[in-house]
Amino acid sequence: MKEISELHFAEDVRYAESHEWVRQEGDKVRAGISDYAQDQLGDIVFVELPEVGSSFSKGDEFGTVESVKAVSELYMPVGGEITAVNEDLEGQPELVNNDPYGGGWMIEISPSDQGEMSSLMEKDAYLEKLKG
Amino acid sequence: MRYFPHTGEDIKEMLEEIGLGSLDDLFGPIPEDCRRHGELDLPGPLTEWELNARMDALANEMAVPPDYRVFLGAGSYNHFVPEVVRQLLLRSEFYTAYTPYQPEISQGTLQAVYEYQTLTTRLLGMEVANASMYDGASALAEALLMAIRVTRRQKVAVSRLVHPFYRNVVQTYLAAPGYEVVELPYRENGTTDLSGLQDLEEYAAVAVQSPNFFGCIEDLESQGKTVHSDQKTLFVVTFSEPLAYGLVKPPGELGADIACGEGQSLGIPQSFGGPGLGLFATRQKFVRSMPGRLVGRTTDKDGRPGFVLTLATREQHIRRERATSNICSNHGLCALAATMYMACVGGTGFRDLAQLNHDKAEYLKDGLRKSRAEIPFAAPTFNEFVVRFPAGFEATRDRLLEKKMVAGIPLSPFYPEFPDHYLLCATEANTREDMDALIKEVGS
Amino acid sequence: MKESLGTTGLVFNEPLLWEKGKKGRTGFSVPRRDVEPSLLDESLVREGPDFPDLSELDVVRHFTRLSQWNFGVDSSMYPLGSCTMKYNPKTNERQAALPGFAGAHPLLPADLCQGVLEMMFDLEHYLSEITGLSGVTLQPAAGAHGELTGMMVVRAFHRDAGSPRSKILIPDTAHGTNPASAALCGFTPVPVKSDERGVLSPEYAASVMDEDTAGIMVTNPNTLGLFEEHIREIADIVHDKGGLVYVDGANMNAVMGIVSMGDMGVDVMHLNLHKTFSTPHGGGGPGSGPVCVRKDLEPFLPVPRVVKKDGKYALSWDFPKSIGKLQAFYGNVGVLVRAYSYILSMGKELKKASQLAVLNANYLKKKLTGVFHLPYDRPCMHECVFSDKIQEERKITTLDMAKRLMDYGFHPPTIYFPLVVHGAIMIEPTESESRETLDRFVEACRAIAKEAENHPQLLLESPTKPKARRMNETEAARKPCLAG
Repeated sequence: MKEISELHFAEDVRYAESHEWVRQEGDKVRAGISDYAQDQLGDIVFVELPEVGSSFSKGDEFGTVESVKAVSELYMPVGGEITAVNEDLEGQPELVNNDPYGGGWMIEISPSDQGEMSSLMEKDAYLEKLKG
Repeated sequence: MRYFPHTGEDIKEMLEEIGLGSLDDLFGPIPEDCRRHGELDLPGPLTEWELNARMDALANEMAVPPDYRVFLGAGSYNHFVPEVVRQLLLRSEFYTAYTPYQPEISQGTLQAVYEYQTLTTRLLGMEVANASMYDGASALAEALLMAIRVTRRQKVAVSRLVHPFYRNVVQTYLAAPGYEVVELPYRENGTTDLSGLQDLEEYAAVAVQSPNFFGCIEDLESQGKTVHSDQKTLFVVTFSEPLAYGLVKPPGELGADIACGEGQSLGIPQSFGGPGLGLFATRQKFVRSMPGRLVGRTTDKDGRPGFVLTLATREQHIRRERATSNICSNHGLCALAATMYMACVGGTGFRDLAQLNHDKAEYLKDGLRKSRAEIPFAAPTFNEFVVRFPAGFEATRDRLLEKKMVAGIPLSPFYPEFPDHYLLCATEANTREDMDALIKEVGS
Repeated sequence: MKESLGTTGLVFNEPLLWEKGKKGRTGFSVPRRDVEPSLLDESLVREGPDFPDLSELDVVRHFTRLSQWNFGVDSSMYPLGSCTMKYNPKTNERQAALPGFAGAHPLLPADLCQGVLEMMFDLEHYLSEITGLSGVTLQPAAGAHGELTGMMVVRAFHRDAGSPRSKILIPDTAHGTNPASAALCGFTPVPVKSDERGVLSPEYAASVMDEDTAGIMVTNPNTLGLFEEHIREIADIVHDKGGLVYVDGANMNAVMGIVSMGDMGVDVMHLNLHKTFSTPHGGGGPGSGPVCVRKDLEPFLPVPRVVKKDGKYALSWDFPKSIGKLQAFYGNVGVLVRAYSYILSMGKELKKASQLAVLNANYLKKKLTGVFHLPYDRPCMHECVFSDKIQEERKITTLDMAKRLMDYGFHPPTIYFPLVVHGAIMIEPTESESRETLDRFVEACRAIAKEAENHPQLLLESPTKPKARRMNETEAARKPCLAG
């Protein structure tokens, strides 16, 4: 596992306590897990994603991410309806390891409350939390 | 005692090394009020020779072939097991080994289980099989729980012609989490009647057994179509005699989503009902919902092909309370026995052996038919069938027991509507002579 | 160091079964056909399964070679914590293979199977004596199956008393089967933390125990190899609120003849015959997980039960409060015969087995402290837990050390369990190992710790001597190939 200084933290996203990131894309948001999270998990072998059309509140479990020896729950960074899931992850779960903020995106949400985004951490605050 | 290598000197020196005075001191951390008072009140210890005598005496009080001629199936079958299988199973690297969690030194077990998984899929016509479960009954219960997980529905339908003990186990497993089990009736010809099944969209699964408890082969193809008129409901087919699938079309070819049942017939001794072998197979798309261990093929650091336990995140040691099942062991040695058996018998041999079983049972059926007995169910059978004897057959059955012949079991304890019906079985282990003797006694 | 136990040698390659064989070969003595063929309807019939056709020698060589790639207790020491890899006596195999047992149909009339019924009745009695709990069922097929049975008994008890409960307390050191079994039974597991001494704290238990909690599942000795010294107090806390105490008896090998579970406040427990009672592990099974209960819980046990009346044995189904049935017939009888034989061979010496198991573990603990980091520096029972903390700064993990042990001729201990110790190494030698073997094991561990310091590459590359090297588990999980 890498040192924190070796990890990458995208600037254009916000971070949840449970290591998900969110990026505003028009009136929707995209989410995935941070470089720190994928590094902790190791080689990702499977990602379980929700059905398009389902709705969750902020903090609800929306799926799981599996490595060989562990499973981690994924939690909604903001509440809303799932408008798309990254179907590439089915055949290439390694995208989450190799490109966590880009090709490894997991879900697209139509947020129910735009305000929830602002309560998430910016890059520096998230880094502080990881170091602390 | 020959299982303890420690001499008095060893014990003394080891205690010194630890800084204790006696073996009792080792248990200092155990509070006084938890300590046992008084010795263990057990017989023995027996010498190896006394043990042999004791066990021989117990084993001699058992009615087994060849001394007794047994015409009984109902979930446990008398098949010939090659000596090759018995001896290969005694290779202690197989039977004294643990679960193959360290693949580098368990390739023997792992390859054998991969072979078992493969042959199981070929036998049942399915896409993927696990490393086995405890027995046919618990495999069926787990199959229904899997269907409930996959479909997120709370109800299952189970045919009344599924083995009564399997149904008991299903009830036990499904009662605790509160799922509903609806029983399906049967038709006059001895097969399951699905016509009354309503509101299919409420059901996670519909389960039938084929050959069923009456020995009859179910019409799986049309039953599968009925079940799949709802897109989600799973068609579960169970069995207690897998040898039937050497001759008869397997569940996978006829629409089954899960095929599971008992594998004891495949080279495993009857042993008064256990250990058995829970065969469990399903479609590739359900693989992550499957209970039980799975062995997968991969390569090692040097690029050589090898095998390893995989998809372990479904299992209890990782997923804990959210696991697909609580199962930890499989029936590894029994699965190994089945693989060796299938290897010995071979594909061609398996078909011939199945045909022979069928023919033996047909011979017995015909003979009994001519001998005052009735064959009440018209559906085709494999190596088991129901006979209706004239009233008062109990006296004949007792006479047969005295002549060391066990003529099946009565159906009435499980199907009170059939007071005079009996379930009989004939396998390759029953000779024509034996069957003639039975027929003659029945007729007299 | 003496010459290493692990060496190189000639090991054979062997293909998959279906890569061998030729159509028309057979390895089976085809039984005589003395009846006419009778044809089934064409529409029902298949070609025959796609199995290879092999000669008898093909089959024998295949499995002989495969067995040589394996490692068993008969090969070398197998110190897997909580698995109790003790010696599997050969006489047990002789007894289980007796035709009277092996050839018996489970539905024989009682008069015709008195031998096996007597064996089962007696075995229940012996297990009751060993545990101090009067009611026994031999039906569960494995430890996890026994846990499920036990949980169902607990559930049935509460429903019968008119107070169905939804939660169950489970320590953070518990084996994964514990919460899995509880969940299968409809209970919600509530975690209970162990204290800094590695045992359950009565204060914490009291803080989480309430009238909606069915009870507690405890492993005693626990998975850190420590005796749960507050068990009586905790049992009282649980009982006071009407709950039951379930013990996971996987570690029974430490305390036979030393404690009586029944006297300690335990209400229900399971045993693992394939651990404590010497029946073979079989490469993953079959095992057997009998459940023992307090007298007033007996009505809930699975049916049928073995009963004795007027000197004769029978199976009785007359238990209206029974939870039902867990497997098709009555238990893994073939395994029961082996355990029965073991108990008769040992008698009171079972206590000595526990004493020597605990002696061996403490001996190893003494000699390995300093070689590995010892998180709980206290006397242990039959197993002890270390961690990879000392090796951490060289970036060598528990996994690397475990893999290197194979090259030295030992099966690795249990690794990464219990979860409360980071990088856990759980070592259980059992009473079967001699002092010389233990000393060799210590030597090997010392050598490996030294390699971790000076030549870490050796560990990272290990194992090098067995048939296979480390497996690509990621590919196996990403692209599962589960059948050939």
